[in-house]
Amino acid sequence: MDIYSETLLDHYNHPHHAGTLKRPDARSVKHNPLCGDTVSVDIAVTKQRTIGDIAFTGMGCALSQAGMSLLSDHSMGKTLDECVKMTSDTMDSLLGARVSPGRRSCADLGLTAVKDALIDLHQLP
Amino acid sequence: MKRLDDIKKEFPIFERTINGKPLVYLDNASTTQKPRGVISALSDFYSLHNANIHRGIHALSEEATERYEQTRKTVARFINAEVPEEIVFTRNCTESINLVARTWGEMHIGRGDEIIVSALEHHANLVPWQVLCMQKKAKLLVIPLTSEHELDMAAYEKLLSKKTRMVCVTAQSNVLGVCPDLKDLIKKAHARKALVLVDGAQSVGHRRTNVQALDCDFFAFSAHKMLGPTGVGVLFGKYELLEDMPPFLVGGDMVTTVEQYRSFYREVPWRFEAGTPNIADVAAFRSAIEFLDEVGLDSIEAHDRELWQAAFTMLAANPRVRVLVSDACSATSVLPFVIEGVHPHDIATIFDSEGVAIRSGLHCAEPLHRRLCVPATARMSFYLYNTFQDIEMAEKALKKIFKIFSLTP
Repeated sequence: MDIYSETLLDHYNHPHHAGTLKRPDARSVKHNPLCGDTVSVDIAVTKQRTIGDIAFTGMGCALSQAGMSLLSDHSMGKTLDECVKMTSDTMDSLLGARVSPGRRSCADLGLTAVKDALIDLHQLP
Repeated sequence: MKRLDDIKKEFPIFERTINGKPLVYLDNASTTQKPRGVISALSDFYSLHNANIHRGIHALSEEATERYEQTRKTVARFINAEVPEEIVFTRNCTESINLVARTWGEMHIGRGDEIIVSALEHHANLVPWQVLCMQKKAKLLVIPLTSEHELDMAAYEKLLSKKTRMVCVTAQSNVLGVCPDLKDLIKKAHARKALVLVDGAQSVGHRRTNVQALDCDFFAFSAHKMLGPTGVGVLFGKYELLEDMPPFLVGGDMVTTVEQYRSFYREVPWRFEAGTPNIADVAAFRSAIEFLDEVGLDSIEAHDRELWQAAFTMLAANPRVRVLVSDACSATSVLPFVIEGVHPHDIATIFDSEGVAIRSGLHCAEPLHRRLCVPATARMSFYLYNTFQDIEMAEKALKKIFKIFSLTP
């Protein structure tokens, strides 16, 4: 069962960037109605249009929660442009495994939340 | 008579492996596997008898019509309908229920009327009534559950009133496996002149159904949950009720005479079967029913119960596992559980790595999960081809979960 790697389980049990931000520039809550997973993400953006800070709270399976934790680490310092261009492949490489179609929505839940939070900011000049 | 102990070999799918392990299929509440007889009936239909039904004069069309209509007779006998004309073929159980909501409901439900559903319902027997009530400004009432997750019959009696038009209830919960006392429920509804629609999807392939003894007004189910092909649903309706209902979908095959600006409809049940139906799958469905008859529904019911009890005992022996029903309730065939600290999706993925197929999530019953205060559940569901060995494999998968998530059992 390569998907449940030690790294993934470590992120699931001890998520990085857990919590909320006091003054987020962007926020999004995503819910997976098929399984009841939720991720709520807060993002602070720097003047240089990069990710200054990120924090999330959530509930759900190991894939959705560890995925969001890994994605938080990965997103720090990235430009808005880089962030909105992230795809399912980004999640697969972070998780170190090809996620099965049935679990795709779990693995991508955090990604959807991050992109949703940033889309408006990204479109601002 | 078929014997249950070596029945697995009649199902070709069990010859394959999943992740290098023999397939253990415990997702029968979603759909069941198909015996060789059903698969070859489907192939035989297309190889030997394929034609459109009802209006053809040629031999093939007559053969196809004969096979399609023969299944109607077989279904009628299987659930003890009075006449085959009380059997309507649809695409699935959901469509059967929609048919009633859109035709009978359209005619008989008005502002201030009340429809009662139970808290156990699958979305299929909830959403059509939500929509109907919204459109008609009628009221939707819900029968709550007792602490043992059975229907609260005392609360039900209080919900019934002279405004009640229809009671919609499952014969067996697809999440909890509990089986409401339908006879009592139907009697009480009829005493208030309300009709009863039973969602029989989970029960019909697992124990005897007798629609006349139940005295239900409508009974809906799907072929694919009882060894039959996908794409075939059944609606049983009492003849005089069906006869009084307007058509559902309109167009070809459901008409007698079509003039340029108006049409006349066929008699029941063909009035409800517009367009070319799923002829081949309906024809093959008959083989599924004959298979169930050869095994015997009483044997299947007893087998389900033994497996359920064995699986319950296996799960309940682990303090980390919480089974959502007790073994003193009416639950059978379906066994819902959660593991503290492990999401049901992770449970299902790890079970799958051991070749064991189970379901995880909300099982199309979101409001029920809210009531149970769990975000999702894992579910094992059993059928005639499952064995005690399957439960041993499930136990092995469970141990693997404990290991991966470093849980002390």
